[in-house]
Amino acid sequence: MLSLYNQNISSRLLLGTAQYPSPAIIAEAVRNSGVEIITISLRRETAGGKQGERFQELIKTLNVHLLPNTAGCFSIKEAVITARLARDLFNTKWIKLEIIGNQDTLQPHVFALIEAAKILIDEGYEVFPYTTDDLIVAEKLIDAGCKVLMPWCAPIGSAKGIRDIDGLRSMRAYFPDIPLIVDAGIGRPSHAVAIMELGYDAILLNTAVAKAGNPIQMAKAFAQAINAGRLGFEAGMLEPRDVAVPSTPVIGRAVFS
Amino acid sequence: MHVYVNGREQEIRACFLAELLTELGFQGDWLAIAINDEVITAVERESYKICESDRIEILSPMQGG
Repeated sequence: MLSLYNQNISSRLLLGTAQYPSPAIIAEAVRNSGVEIITISLRRETAGGKQGERFQELIKTLNVHLLPNTAGCFSIKEAVITARLARDLFNTKWIKLEIIGNQDTLQPHVFALIEAAKILIDEGYEVFPYTTDDLIVAEKLIDAGCKVLMPWCAPIGSAKGIRDIDGLRSMRAYFPDIPLIVDAGIGRPSHAVAIMELGYDAILLNTAVAKAGNPIQMAKAFAQAINAGRLGFEAGMLEPRDVAVPSTPVIGRAVFS
Repeated sequence: MHVYVNGREQEIRACFLAELLTELGFQGDWLAIAINDEVITAVERESYKICESDRIEILSPMQGG
């Protein structure tokens, strides 16, 4: 069982809610994959608009944990105010803290991230920081009070899968007791299997599901892939070898001359 | 009085935030509001006095990754 800030979670797939063909497909993707945590955002409402109301109604019916994000924020100030607004509206201490450092790469601004995490944790937030696999940054986030880390494996929406497997492996080894959730860069279920086989605790996905030909089926495929990878990790996998090793016993082999 | 609502300058008659929301057609319990970077909770809106040139951000839940 996964525990995030003392909240037990059965599903190791966290799902973003953006870019789906329709709200109904979001709902079906969530239900079909057993997802228990979804990410959501805050955006400007239009006068007389009902966008927020419709989405609010949708998320109420899903009966899942809400993880509001600070997506699109480029500064500490923006992220902190967005987090405060999210807490006011969604009545949760959870915040996916995302501060972007570069418009093109959407790389996390890790220096601002650490400072914003300190401010929000002081205010009682439970911060899920979107970060890189940099070990020093990870240490500073943990020192600030983060009890979960969310490293990328490739740029947001890139669908490239693991760019630096050694970096992710090191991060797992350095922080064996911190829940690690890969957030961003995954494109295929096989990417998810590989990450979970490294011992990662969960995966947060959005684009790979939302933009799939069949998002509902893809959400299910990812849920199964994540389970398979996790089971494999827990079962203990063989390390690769450079030489062949026969699986059938050699002793007792008949000799025909 | 002039204020800025979601980045747009507007002339309003309202004196209090709750009145402003009614005047501009923002209704519902799904709104999050900040004025001059400070969060104004739902219970504060009736008595929150609007001032000239206030920067008012009115947000609502949206899809997010």
